[in-house]
Amino acid sequence: MIRKSSHTDARPLLISGGSLITETGEMQKADLLIENGHIAAIDQVGKIPERGQTMLEARGLIVSPGFIDLHVHLREPGQSYKETIATGTAAAAAGGFTTVCAMPNTTPVNDSPETTRWMQKPERRAVVKVRPIAAATVGSNGQRLTNFKALVEAGAVAVTDDGRPILGSAIMREALQSAHELGIPVIQHAEDTRMSQGCTMHEGPTSFRLGLRGVKAEAEASIVARDIALAEETGARLHIAHLSTAAGLEQVRKARNRGVRVTCEVTPHHLLLTDEEVGDYDTNCKMNPPLRDESDRQAMWEGLHDGSIDCIATDHAPHAAHEKDQEFDRAPFGVTGLETALPIALMVAGGDPQLAVRWLSLNPAAVMGWQEAGILRAGAPADIVVFDPGEEWTFTASESKSKSKNSPFLGKRVRGRVQYTIVDGRVVHSL
Amino acid sequence: MSSGENPRSRSQRFRRSIRSASLRKGRFSHPSRSLLDIESLSDSDIHSLLKEAGHFRVSPRKFPLVRRHIALLFYEASTRTRCSFELAAKSLGASTTLVSTAASSIEKGESLVDTGATLAAMGAECIVVRHPSSGAPHVLARHLEIPVVNAGDGMHEHPSQALLDCYTILQHRRSLEGLRLLLVGDIFHSRVARSNALLLTRLGAQVTFCGPPALLPDVAETIAPGVRITRDFNAALPSADVIMMLRVQKERLSGLQLSVDDYIRDYQLTSERMAMAPADTLVMHPGPMVRGMELTSDVADSTRSLVLEQVRNGVAVRRAILLRALGGHA
Repeated sequence: MIRKSSHTDARPLLISGGSLITETGEMQKADLLIENGHIAAIDQVGKIPERGQTMLEARGLIVSPGFIDLHVHLREPGQSYKETIATGTAAAAAGGFTTVCAMPNTTPVNDSPETTRWMQKPERRAVVKVRPIAAATVGSNGQRLTNFKALVEAGAVAVTDDGRPILGSAIMREALQSAHELGIPVIQHAEDTRMSQGCTMHEGPTSFRLGLRGVKAEAEASIVARDIALAEETGARLHIAHLSTAAGLEQVRKARNRGVRVTCEVTPHHLLLTDEEVGDYDTNCKMNPPLRDESDRQAMWEGLHDGSIDCIATDHAPHAAHEKDQEFDRAPFGVTGLETALPIALMVAGGDPQLAVRWLSLNPAAVMGWQEAGILRAGAPADIVVFDPGEEWTFTASESKSKSKNSPFLGKRVRGRVQYTIVDGRVVHSL
Repeated sequence: MSSGENPRSRSQRFRRSIRSASLRKGRFSHPSRSLLDIESLSDSDIHSLLKEAGHFRVSPRKFPLVRRHIALLFYEASTRTRCSFELAAKSLGASTTLVSTAASSIEKGESLVDTGATLAAMGAECIVVRHPSSGAPHVLARHLEIPVVNAGDGMHEHPSQALLDCYTILQHRRSLEGLRLLLVGDIFHSRVARSNALLLTRLGAQVTFCGPPALLPDVAETIAPGVRITRDFNAALPSADVIMMLRVQKERLSGLQLSVDDYIRDYQLTSERMAMAPADTLVMHPGPMVRGMELTSDVADSTRSLVLEQVRNGVAVRRAILLRALGGHA
């Protein structure tokens, strides 16, 4: 058995006998050799000559390109009591993610090349690749654009004002245009916050029963529609974060049919849970966008299957216990999600690992336009996850690697478990 | 690789199991002596509370809760509910401590859970809580070993009010079975409306909500089976056995861009409107009343108004609630 960190770049590593997800997304039995942090060869089982490699036995397991999460909150700088880049990426590794995109709503907001660089420094002790998504406007105040060019040079891969959506149409158009010139997408948390003041969950029978103010689905759909119009006119790439409503999805479908460059993601919790799950004020079911109703949930499921929704992103949003153990309307929005994404993707995929990998790896890489990620190919960096699609296990707070435990799936028995996560040829997580 | 099972059914089963887990955590693990909401009361709880309240009214016995300590934790202004609980507690022999937002650590940023734990550590055996956040009593109940009594939480519930309303109606009507109750006004923001709709429908009453869309969304009818909605007060009057008027705050109307004049024209209970209802129709109001707004003074003071009876019965019902919380009989 290969233990974490016991394997370094020095010795080649042979992943042998697993079912490989190939470039085309097909699955076939093959061996994969890693050398110098890259994939050196992929060949039929037993064909790669013995040269003293470390062997990683993968019979019965899936060997997949590492998962890519386009939406995580790592909370550094400034909120390290919730999560650090070290703990957040450890949770990512445990969930099979080799690349995570870090949202800019830190303290201070990541609107500068300095913060963007700071997040990527070795001192942060990230165990997977961290790709910052920088703020689109200064302080995410929606007033003045940040310096996209400088941010991209510092390593930012996209811009967004996640959580504080850009409401002004003029500045949104400007953001799309500037991002277009640099070839990066603008990511929008689609919520008309003018319609959702004081709202803590989805509007419906449950919000009425609980006496909580509910937000309407239209608060999402109206911003999606406006942004699509702006993307169409500018030709820019627009990515809709955590889509949650059938109405929003309908806008995306229509736009894609006429060739607008719009992509979108959905979270595991919006695929699986509805507003009823709030139950008796369970703050681990409070997030933004909120859990929607059953018809929205089914629409998310269908959108993912028919390709209108590109990928699954977790919106991993850790919060400390004392923040969640509060009155429902005072508790912060957000749930953790990195460690439970694979079993939920597998469940939505009906147990089909190829589909799950498409949503967790191939498609998020395509959304970002990354050629070298989301793919197993000789010469590419060895970012790989090896998982058992059939293993049943229980997700518990004590075993969770995240610093925060605010998950709606605590104590749940799930199927599908990551065995090894490999980043640039190094085993960063093993069971 | 396919599991051979419909993935949807698997997901549904998974979700059901989550739901039952959250119910366990939220509700059933806590001592049943709490009163968090009408929803979690059993039928036998309701009947024994109403019966116990009746005992008191006939003959308040000695002091079954002597040397017991009850904390009143009020995060929101209240006159009648606070006094009612306080008088109920004292008439049973219990001592009370009042903690209110104006003069406490609440203002210093202490969390609800910490405040509750502090009171419990000092010897409070029951916490009666009034809070502007829906679900606040549930948060306390989840973290404390002692019973929690909800004295009104946000827009959610006001269970002691519904119990006293129910008790009051039963003094005038033999049963709630088939009784036609008309609840009028700001249903959306009203915890009294929610608790009453839940309680009275369970006891067989037919509940109709009446108000303008801004104060009464269509979704309100999902609160309990058989609940109906009407916008037409006049048309609903002839078939109302009990009319329960709710308080309207002027500032709330302006926030919703409703005109006070229109509201009064369409929804104020006047003696002219009373004449449209059956001769024995009763009028109730949970208080505080705004005379000249939701009802006129002549209606409030008429012989058919039960407003002061409600207040009187409130003390008896709250005695029963506290006795149940602390364990004991009259």
